Amino acid sequence: MKKGLVAFALLLALALLPFAASNMVVFATMVMAKGLAVLGILVLLRADQVSFGHAMFFAAGAYTAAFLTAAWRDIDLILLLVATLAVTGIAGLLIGVFVTRYRGIFFGMINLAFSMVLYSILEKAFHITGGSDGLRIRRPTLLGFEFSRSEFDLVMFYVVLAVAAACCVLVGRYLLSPLGQALRAVKTNETRVEYLGLSAKSVLLTGYVISAMLCGLGGVLMGLVQGLASPEHAFWSRSAELVFIAVLGGQGHIAGAFAGTLVFEWVRTSAAALLDDSWQLILGVTLIAIILWAPGGLIQLWHRLAGRRTSSDRTGSESGVAE
Amino acid sequence: MTMNIAALALLDGLAYASLLFLVAVGLTLIFGVLGILNVAHGSLYAIGAYATATLGQWLVAQGFNPWLTFPGMIVAAVAVGVLLGGLIERLLLQRIYSKDPVLQLLVTFAVFMILENLQRMIWGVQPYFMSTPLTVLGNVRLLGINYTAYQVLFLPAAALVVLFTLRYFLRHTNMGAQILAVTEDREAATAIGINASRVYFMTFVIGACFAALGGALATPTTSLVTGMGANMIVLSFAVAATAGLGQIEGAAISALIIGIARSFAVYLSPEIEVIMPYLIMVLVLLVRPNGLFGKETVRKI
Repeated sequence: MKKGLVAFALLLALALLPFAASNMVVFATMVMAKGLAVLGILVLLRADQVSFGHAMFFAAGAYTAAFLTAAWRDIDLILLLVATLAVTGIAGLLIGVFVTRYRGIFFGMINLAFSMVLYSILEKAFHITGGSDGLRIRRPTLLGFEFSRSEFDLVMFYVVLAVAAACCVLVGRYLLSPLGQALRAVKTNETRVEYLGLSAKSVLLTGYVISAMLCGLGGVLMGLVQGLASPEHAFWSRSAELVFIAVLGGQGHIAGAFAGTLVFEWVRTSAAALLDDSWQLILGVTLIAIILWAPGGLIQLWHRLAGRRTSSDRTGSESGVAE
Repeated sequence: MTMNIAALALLDGLAYASLLFLVAVGLTLIFGVLGILNVAHGSLYAIGAYATATLGQWLVAQGFNPWLTFPGMIVAAVAVGVLLGGLIERLLLQRIYSKDPVLQLLVTFAVFMILENLQRMIWGVQPYFMSTPLTVLGNVRLLGINYTAYQVLFLPAAALVVLFTLRYFLRHTNMGAQILAVTEDREAATAIGINASRVYFMTFVIGACFAALGGALATPTTSLVTGMGANMIVLSFAVAATAGLGQIEGAAISALIIGIARSFAVYLSPEIEVIMPYLIMVLVLLVRPNGLFGKETVRKI
């Protein structure tokens, strides 16, 4: 109950952000959009599987928006989101059927191979995908209204906030459901899961499709904010970045996904101001420091700083209740 | 497709496969022994290449005999492998052997980010060239085609030397036997007095040297650009996974398959050239989930 209140207060504070700091709106929108994709990675981390290729669904989301807005001039934003969910859901199912046969490093790297195939296609098929320049995404309408550039930024902020909040609740529910709990069982011992009469493969496949759709949502929203879909979105280091953020935030925490993204993007922008072209260096060092000294990520640091919750309560918080 | 083009594609593929093998064999060796997939392997490849280019250009500018660029390549590769590889293992990997494989993977990814950034800081984003070894070796006529001797003779020869030296080293030397013993069972090997952490260190450094050597030997035939490491790591993984992770001889065969398939794709349908390695990998893994030569792992209950 207390958690619900905190989450509500946070949501309210965020909703008021455009009035308090209007120059932060676009940044906050991007963080939340990317956080959605990290949330997708988090679902798979539950089963201890890392995908080094989920940027392909991110890119798929952005390109869906690019193609649809090019084909229909005044397509509605809601329609774009639904279409993205359909596209990435089906893509996730098709690829998932294949990749869920593998575990561990193979799982991660075969995902990577798929994303590299998509990347190469996006980059080479110039006449369809615009090559390495990518495609422009037109501003869609929302419920029939058209918006100017600055209005649209504000609209996107609230849309992304709403989508992110909804996804947090839904993912939280999913992770607490028997199907979500089975993901953890797959992490602990897959053979035992099968002795219980569950199919580890279909448990993982469900998680995979959900995570693909979350990444797709993140991609389409990010694409709409930036107005661009580029093949860079599908490059493997982007996927690794998402995994990085998930671990940075804290494995298994919904709040960690967004906190991690916030810190990641903040370090990236401020590193550029500090020393030219050094963000990778600084982030790399940060990642190593986190893994060596705070493997539980930002969330664990937060708990440690707040001085509450020791190991006795760890199990409760680890079950990742939605905020 | 005429015979001429087929022969050309075959020679292209052979040269390319030799380089692929050098990098992939290091990756697969490290994975086989340490159980870590080293994402930073691609950066070691790139830095090996850049170091070679710098050293080679300096040698030529100083007016030394251009043949000296050959030992120069080896020197640069070993220096990069021992220095960087040694540092990475000693400072970082040693602390994480007991951690989750996911975290191990991420640590090497962090190293990759750092090295990638350092490489941009040191060598900038301008492309580098150093083709002296290519020109001093001249051309040969093979299968009715004029081709650079460096690519069709020297590179495959280097790959073969590495393959057979590694085989000999692992099967017939004391250190090699220790490495195999630790791979088989780290605890048991420690119990009979093998210093396992030294074996890990040696293996990682050797693997790192192979990556740097791959880069060094690639220098004369490619222009060095940022991002070459990021591409190479994916390719060499595709080679290693197709063969089955940890399979050294297998890596040679799958490097040949992927290298030649790719160069045929260049001539037949250039659009699918880039995705060829992944296509082969996915097809092989569909039929044989542990790779062509990989063994089935036993599941623990």
